[in-house]
Amino acid sequence: MHRTKVTIVEEALDANNTIAAANRADFDRHDVTVVNFMSAPGAGKTALLEAGLVDLPGVRAGVLEGDVHGAYDADRLAARHIPVIQLNTDQGFGGECHLDANMVRSAIPSVPLHEIDLLIVENVGNLVCPAEFRIGEDARVMVCSVTEGEDKPLKYPLMFRACELVVVNKIDLLPHLDFDLDLLLYNIDQVNPNAERLVVSARSGEGIDAWREWLVQLAGRRAAALV
Amino acid sequence: MHELALSSAIVNTAAKHADGRRVTVVFLRVGRLRQVVPDTLEFYFEFVARDSVCEGARLEQEVIPATLRCLPCERTWPIDIPAFRCPFCGGSEVEIATGDEFEVESIELQSADEQEEAECIAQR
Repeated sequence: MHRTKVTIVEEALDANNTIAAANRADFDRHDVTVVNFMSAPGAGKTALLEAGLVDLPGVRAGVLEGDVHGAYDADRLAARHIPVIQLNTDQGFGGECHLDANMVRSAIPSVPLHEIDLLIVENVGNLVCPAEFRIGEDARVMVCSVTEGEDKPLKYPLMFRACELVVVNKIDLLPHLDFDLDLLLYNIDQVNPNAERLVVSARSGEGIDAWREWLVQLAGRRAAALV
Repeated sequence: MHELALSSAIVNTAAKHADGRRVTVVFLRVGRLRQVVPDTLEFYFEFVARDSVCEGARLEQEVIPATLRCLPCERTWPIDIPAFRCPFCGGSEVEIATGDEFEVESIELQSADEQEEAECIAQR
């Protein structure tokens, strides 16, 4: 008897993509636009949500907060009266370094989908793993802060290519840094020429109007598609 | 570090098609653009495969080089660095021709003899 070779040719992440499609169907049923929001740890995702989501014109926003552990970010957003659901990936100490479709699926029953138009899923801070896993989102957005170095698009092309918007944050720090903003923007263009870019500071408020406007437009994209 | 999660996906995909039989080899096609470190993937695969039909299986990885195609000028070229603009026309309407793969191409299953033998040993 010989060993048998079975030809499969199947994307190994198919199982995740199937669950992502089920999430997508739930979001569609409630007309909720979903953003998968990613960055390295400490790039300012939560600060951008604090600065960006309060009283968005015509758009009710909510947040699904993914963290390895704790509810520190969720508490910050709740203080701004932004509806927020905490999703932890740990079981004790040390959990998954990213959200996948199944983790988001398990959280959906807790999300008040009928009360919101826009759901931001704040992924675990990490520039590698989250880029691999679709969660049923409409758009993938990443934050890159100017303290991280101009070479990040070249080191993490998978993440930079996955996103349709790159928010460059912490530009209020530029006077104190040896950072070449043009070089960063050039590197983003090399890796993902079609990505939109916003240059902002969540701290000083510079560029935040454009960030808010982008979110409103994104939510409108779905409304336009439905007409 | 995404290799851990990717290993689980490989084991699950192989197990789904193994029909309960023991898997001896998993043939994987991995595109260069997936940022997978082959040694790391192998390490985690061995770990994740324990107590599954893939326990002890070998992971054979075929690394697929990255090539891009420009839609307007229809040229294809290989890349070694992440530069996604067309070097000929400078355009951005570029698609990945190869290098984006992460698929289980095939699996090798234990023969019925081997399976019987293994079951015999297990019973003893």
